[in-house]
Amino acid sequence: MIDLPLPSLSQSSATLCFVLILLVPLAAAGLALVNCGLGRSRSAAHMMMASLCVFGVAALVYVAIGFSWQGAVGRPAHVLMIAGKPWNWIAAEPFFLRGLRLDLSADSLIVLLQVLSVGLAAVIPLSAGSDRWRLGAACASSALLAGVTYPLFAHWVWSGGWLVQLGADCGLGRGFIDGGGASAIQAVGGLTALSVTWILGPRRGKFSREGIPAAIPGHNAVLALMGCLVAWLGWSALNSAGAILFAGVDASSVVLIVLNTTLSAIASALSAAVVTRVRFGRPDASLTVNGWMAGLVASSAPAAFLKPAAAILVGMVAGFLVLSSIDLLESRLAIDDPGGAVSVHAVAGIWGLLAVSLLSSAGSSGQWLAQVAGISTLLGFVLPLTYGLNWLLNRFYPQRVNEEGELQGMDLYELGAGAYPEFVVHSDEFTQRY
Amino acid sequence: MKLTGFLLLVAGWVIVVAAPLLLPSAVPRVAFVLAGIGVQLLGLFLAVRAHRVFEVERG
Repeated sequence: MIDLPLPSLSQSSATLCFVLILLVPLAAAGLALVNCGLGRSRSAAHMMMASLCVFGVAALVYVAIGFSWQGAVGRPAHVLMIAGKPWNWIAAEPFFLRGLRLDLSADSLIVLLQVLSVGLAAVIPLSAGSDRWRLGAACASSALLAGVTYPLFAHWVWSGGWLVQLGADCGLGRGFIDGGGASAIQAVGGLTALSVTWILGPRRGKFSREGIPAAIPGHNAVLALMGCLVAWLGWSALNSAGAILFAGVDASSVVLIVLNTTLSAIASALSAAVVTRVRFGRPDASLTVNGWMAGLVASSAPAAFLKPAAAILVGMVAGFLVLSSIDLLESRLAIDDPGGAVSVHAVAGIWGLLAVSLLSSAGSSGQWLAQVAGISTLLGFVLPLTYGLNWLLNRFYPQRVNEEGELQGMDLYELGAGAYPEFVVHSDEFTQRY
Repeated sequence: MKLTGFLLLVAGWVIVVAAPLLLPSAVPRVAFVLAGIGVQLLGLFLAVRAHRVFEVERG
């Protein structure tokens, strides 16, 4: 039933992929720095600790059970027949990676990349739950992400599942294309962030009784801006390794992919800086950080298929979109997302998926329908699933910290020590008290 | 209202997925896919609106 060939890699390509994969954790490290910088000082150590913990839990759970559902192209899978067409919906691998030869083969490189990618996806929702998400609950939520949501969707996108087969089975272009994980990593993480922020509710004092949001600025713009540069390296590696292993792109395209990733991030950050300069009179550092990250996310799906000018356009649109989305979520929809995870990862990720069919050389007849089917799956399957799982978790293990913990700060309450013990924490960091 | 929103999200997805599997010609496919997306947008609107009403009431 599976007619997608596993990429055959030369020794040099496999070595290049391995080196690229080693750089992927920098994407998570950069994201953690950004999340930390955009959060409050009294929860800074908690954010970094939570990033490390959820990365680890997600990787462990993925190795234990996640890969069994995801699998890889050409490996055993369960296939339904619908209207005479195959519908490959879940892999059939043994638990704990049994039966896999872990060498420099494409299979084993895919597993290694996936273990790190699921860790990155698990770090994304942390910023949405900043200042109020208990460490244990965040770990449990990331276990659900790595054990259920991520592997199911990633199987459909990357492992010969029905989405990627829409081209062969239904004549929709080349099937759903997502080289670097704009959907499986970024949008899945971003939609989980939306679910988490819905379930947790806003931070104390974020919204007035009339629903007007209060500004709670991030505590360290330097960390956030440094995180952008670290994330750029990780993202370039992720986009490159993903395109080679999942989209079958030749290893020589790495230069184009890194260039497009960089151009998209720069264009997005600059457009965010210009818009905030025009709107507020000064460029806003935290929104520029969000713009940079949105450019990286938007480049994930199409980076291997874009011309440099198109990559700049993708980035510029991502910058405008992320600013509009942050404004809409906070001002109109009462969604308290301190690090902008929903806008940066879900909205920009979806834009990147659309850009594959609108602006890239991969677009062919019906390609846009395949991309729309993938986006529809994110909204109609991933969002209800991840919301339902986190809602259930919340019923048995309340995810929000209690009032005392929120007032005290997550560092002192959950870790027993602050990130900056030599500094006096200023009075509640602009939060209104009721 | 949030549950209705999520049900509409799922219903729209089923319509979108069913279109390429069941309909061979291009025009009905596109029509069904767009209809499915419309249903999903309605579901998303209901879900976020339900959340907003809840938060404002909670104050």
